[in-house]
Amino acid sequence: MTEFQLNCPLPLQYDQIVMAHGGGGRMMQQLLDSIIRPAFSNDILEQQHDSAVLPPAAGRLAFTTDSYVIKPLFFKGGDIGKLAVCGTVNDLSMSGARPLYISCSFIIEEGFAIEDLRRIAQSMRDTAQQAGVDIVTGDTKVVEHGKGDGLYINTAGIGIIEHAQTINPGNIQIGDAIIVNSDLGRHGIAIMLQREGLDFNSPIESDCASLTAPIQDLLASGFDIHCLRDLTRGGLSSCLIELAGSAGKQFNIMENNLPVRDEVRSACDLLGFDPLYIANEGCFVLFVPQAQAKAAIETLQAHPNSRQALQIGTVTDFHSQGRVTLQTALGIDRVLELISGEQLPRIC
Amino acid sequence: MKFVDEYRDPRTARKLVDAIRAATRRPWNIMEVCGGQTHSIIKHGLDQLLPESINLIHGPGCPVCVTPLKYIDKALAIAAQDNVIFCSFGDMLRVPGSHQDLLSLKAQGADIRIVYSPLDALKLAQQNPDRDVVFFGVGFETTAPTTAMAAYQARQLKLANFSLLICHVRVPPVMEVLLSSTDNTVQGFLGAGHVCSIMGFHEYLPLAKKFRIPIVITGFEPVDILQGLYLCIKQLEENRHEVENQYQRIVTQAGNQPAQQLLQQVFDVVDQNWRGLGIIPRSGLTLKADYAAWNAEQRFPVGAIETIEPSACRSGEVLQGLLKPEACPEFGKNCTPEHPLGATMVSSEGACAAYYRYRSHND
Repeated sequence: MTEFQLNCPLPLQYDQIVMAHGGGGRMMQQLLDSIIRPAFSNDILEQQHDSAVLPPAAGRLAFTTDSYVIKPLFFKGGDIGKLAVCGTVNDLSMSGARPLYISCSFIIEEGFAIEDLRRIAQSMRDTAQQAGVDIVTGDTKVVEHGKGDGLYINTAGIGIIEHAQTINPGNIQIGDAIIVNSDLGRHGIAIMLQREGLDFNSPIESDCASLTAPIQDLLASGFDIHCLRDLTRGGLSSCLIELAGSAGKQFNIMENNLPVRDEVRSACDLLGFDPLYIANEGCFVLFVPQAQAKAAIETLQAHPNSRQALQIGTVTDFHSQGRVTLQTALGIDRVLELISGEQLPRIC
Repeated sequence: MKFVDEYRDPRTARKLVDAIRAATRRPWNIMEVCGGQTHSIIKHGLDQLLPESINLIHGPGCPVCVTPLKYIDKALAIAAQDNVIFCSFGDMLRVPGSHQDLLSLKAQGADIRIVYSPLDALKLAQQNPDRDVVFFGVGFETTAPTTAMAAYQARQLKLANFSLLICHVRVPPVMEVLLSSTDNTVQGFLGAGHVCSIMGFHEYLPLAKKFRIPIVITGFEPVDILQGLYLCIKQLEENRHEVENQYQRIVTQAGNQPAQQLLQQVFDVVDQNWRGLGIIPRSGLTLKADYAAWNAEQRFPVGAIETIEPSACRSGEVLQGLLKPEACPEFGKNCTPEHPLGATMVSSEGACAAYYRYRSHND
């Protein structure tokens, strides 16, 4: 007699996320087993505890978190997964830490394509490998259709500070050189052109990249790094204005030295935007003593995403509230201000 | 960049500044009509390079600034209605109406979308047949032709769910009103290059003759503006009053004739109220009767709207060149880009916003 097996016909294959993928049951396990674990696999994750148990670290710890909400999820030069890993890794790097571990929390809208989730998870794996970090813990939630924007990702990260330097805005000194590693405004313009379906002849790719390698190289080379900051939302101007305020110093930057690609400048001109206020995801600003500027720039230029590193200005004076001036190409100094809200495209 | 870098070249700009200094013997008041020129002058610090005797007056050429409050309120009333997708150019969203702005209404759940062209709004209407799509058409002769094209195509397509809230204005009538005023101090004009790329400059010939005033059609890059100023000052010093074309790479005397024909086909010229300036004869464009079915004001009767102008706002005087932004007692105090009293503090092309952004003195 043939053995009879009672079997619940559980649907095994879906093309899209359904509410049950976040329900904590078998379908959620299947999602984790088929997409998340293969992508992020490492010894700590495989312990499958409620929390990642980490080995002791010799040094000060840096800890950060950020959430990633972007439209479109896939863009020229990256995707939300790459952005989420780079963003957290870069935040750690800016405090002079070597990134070690990150967490990953997905909030997925019902109906989201499973294939897209797979692509994003693989992109996170690749980016984490390049940055030398492990994704060691995470979470998955599913929200009803119409209650999300496809996918939100939250990441948190832990890094280790293995040196005795004090890298923060309060350590910015008069006379410091102000250096940027790359050209400005590419991420924000790439996203905007793609989101609005604006077709430019010259494709503009996001600069989204991990900054771990150039920063670790600067640290290993023994430069006196007074401050580091990545240029994300608000662009170069907003970052410098914030740092000048925290440091109580005046910065002067030179318009002629600001690296902006022609295609980015053209798009900004057309839309009425200022590239100094446009978001970046692979740029940072570095403050070092002027005497070390040339060598620091040469060190940066050895890295693919810092080939265009150059000095854009100098810390010139004390200023109680902080001030950033831009010397225009015509030799006129003007004060840079924070913009009110988002830049909106102008009429003509 | 080809065709751009040469117009931003510091050496050429310096030579022009030197030429302006050499040519200037008396004080002159020169108005740049267009808000884009105001923005460029302040951004590049061009006014600080000029002799002190040259007084630049910032004209009424910011489309956001001159759109009457009543139209902002109408836009808000239409955008608040159920089933409406309300489309606008980006910088209209921040302009305060009597009670709120379009950005706040959007945050409350209204479906308000930024578009880059009226034709994008038309596409939205085709893609959303069960929704009413409304486009807010504002601006000068520069933007009016694309609005006209959207209206024309909507009529051709018999698109029943698309309409336009129109508040387009014309430049020559406002120049005539400014020059006719007993308060007028303007002695020379930099004509708005973008407007003239559409309309040409034949309309300026009788103005220059009647008011004996030089008008130099001018572009937007630093070298364009300095060259336009040089040509204007030279005319003033030589007691000439001609229309000259600095922006020859874009503008011809006749302009873009197909665009002009389209404007005539779709719009009637009407008297129009300008924010801060009042009613100016034959200065506005409205949809012809043939296009009534696509006129949002007729499709959405929003009732009597009571507009409340902030009494402290003196943007009207700024737009006429009678008051410099920094001389306004509210500038930077009760009136900032975060809390603007008037539209000149909102738009990126508004004189007050340009001064606030590029001339901050927070010592």
